[in-house]
Amino acid sequence: MSIFKNILSPQKLKRRTFLKATAVTSATAAFIACTKEDREEFLQNNFRSMSKDEIAKVIQRLEEKYTKEYGKKFSVSAKEAIPQTFFGYALDISTCIGCRQCVYACMEENNQTQEPQMHWIQVLEMEKEKGIDFLHADLYYDHEEVPQEGHFYLPVQCQQCQNPPCVKSCPVGATWTTTDGIVVVDYDWCIGCRCCMAACPYGARHYNWGKVKLNAENVNPKTHYLGNRPRYKGAVEKCTFCIQRVREGRYPACVEVCPVGARKFGNLLDKDSEIRYILENKRVLILKEELNTQPKFYYFYGT
Amino acid sequence: MRTFGFKWIFLTSALICLLFFPLLVTSTQTSDSEGKTQHSVGKEQMDIQLPPPPFSEDIFLCSGCHADMDINLQRRELKEFHEDIILKHDEENRWCMDCHDANNRDMLHSASGQLIDFKESYKLCGQCHGPKLRDWRAGIHGRRTGSWNGQKEYLLCAHCHDPHSPKFKKMKPEPPPKRPGTIK
Repeated sequence: MSIFKNILSPQKLKRRTFLKATAVTSATAAFIACTKEDREEFLQNNFRSMSKDEIAKVIQRLEEKYTKEYGKKFSVSAKEAIPQTFFGYALDISTCIGCRQCVYACMEENNQTQEPQMHWIQVLEMEKEKGIDFLHADLYYDHEEVPQEGHFYLPVQCQQCQNPPCVKSCPVGATWTTTDGIVVVDYDWCIGCRCCMAACPYGARHYNWGKVKLNAENVNPKTHYLGNRPRYKGAVEKCTFCIQRVREGRYPACVEVCPVGARKFGNLLDKDSEIRYILENKRVLILKEELNTQPKFYYFYGT
Repeated sequence: MRTFGFKWIFLTSALICLLFFPLLVTSTQTSDSEGKTQHSVGKEQMDIQLPPPPFSEDIFLCSGCHADMDINLQRRELKEFHEDIILKHDEENRWCMDCHDANNRDMLHSASGQLIDFKESYKLCGQCHGPKLRDWRAGIHGRRTGSWNGQKEYLLCAHCHDPHSPKFKKMKPEPPPKRPGTIK
């Protein structure tokens, strides 16, 4: 209370006291002046520390906000992991033809920003003679027809590492690995420092440089809090194995759209799963093995 | 002497097929309203759904035309009908009747002569492409939709590979991402 006493007796009002009082007053004024939603958003906790009630409240607020913004009935799920699941992904590089259909299916499913488009999946064209060689890979190929003679295609997206450098580098704990093995981001907790992007050796994380622009017609209203709900300017995002789909037992969007069936997905803990069959019977490789990131995204030769 | 050798090879392979084929693909099927068929394939009798075969429009049943025609087993260039079919599938050694049944036009037949329904054409393909059939059954070859922990929907070989010219066709890729320098 000494601040107020000092203000009331002007001869004792020092510069420091005045500044303190101004700061407190303006902060209080701003807090009172802003809307209830903004206040709740500002005070929102990290998703992992939220109680069930808090999650329900946040979800309701987000659903209302998105529904109002995009004119479509949004559902934001916070569905938990299915017990006894640990997801793995496999991609057949001998089959992939580089048609980029996965890139666009991902974009539609996961509400990435448009203009310029954000691509979670990046398809690299490589020369067969050189093998997997990132130095000479071409991300921007634009041919009349694919596959091109003498080339193969290597789609790269989040490798869902078991030892993820991005998670270790996050200073605020806004990204973590879920029990079913998906590295997720709490977009509300992310401060946009981009340390994780610097740490990721696969270039799999993407930053929202501007306001997120979504086409209200094409927006996917079926979302998950940790997955494809619309993001913010200044938030980092990445592939989540389509968490909104896989936690309901469905395949990720890229798996279902692939015209050559090069993409495979399943539960690593289930010995009868497709993914286990691949690991046990095919020639499998992981990218940048020497970094000890231990990806759960495997590349294999189907032939 | 040459014909004699071929005869033996044929007989032995037919015998092997007869012996092992039923073990390889024991399957049952039921149909639903959309024409999708339920199959149980493989050792574990996994349940899969298969859509109806991709027939050219208004052409099946084949017996609609062929029932009244004489059977001509002669290898020849087709001029009156089916001239759109260009065989690029081991064409030097194959002919229509290696897969299509001459007596029952609405069916296919295996090398052993066993009739195969178009809905189960994978059994026919699997005679030569054994490892591919094995991978397909395990869910590794070909596109899967449905549920990773439940019912999966498969496709028949013929949905992706034209049986007469099975090499996967080239396609136009979707546009590339923008180069960072060109973004305003």
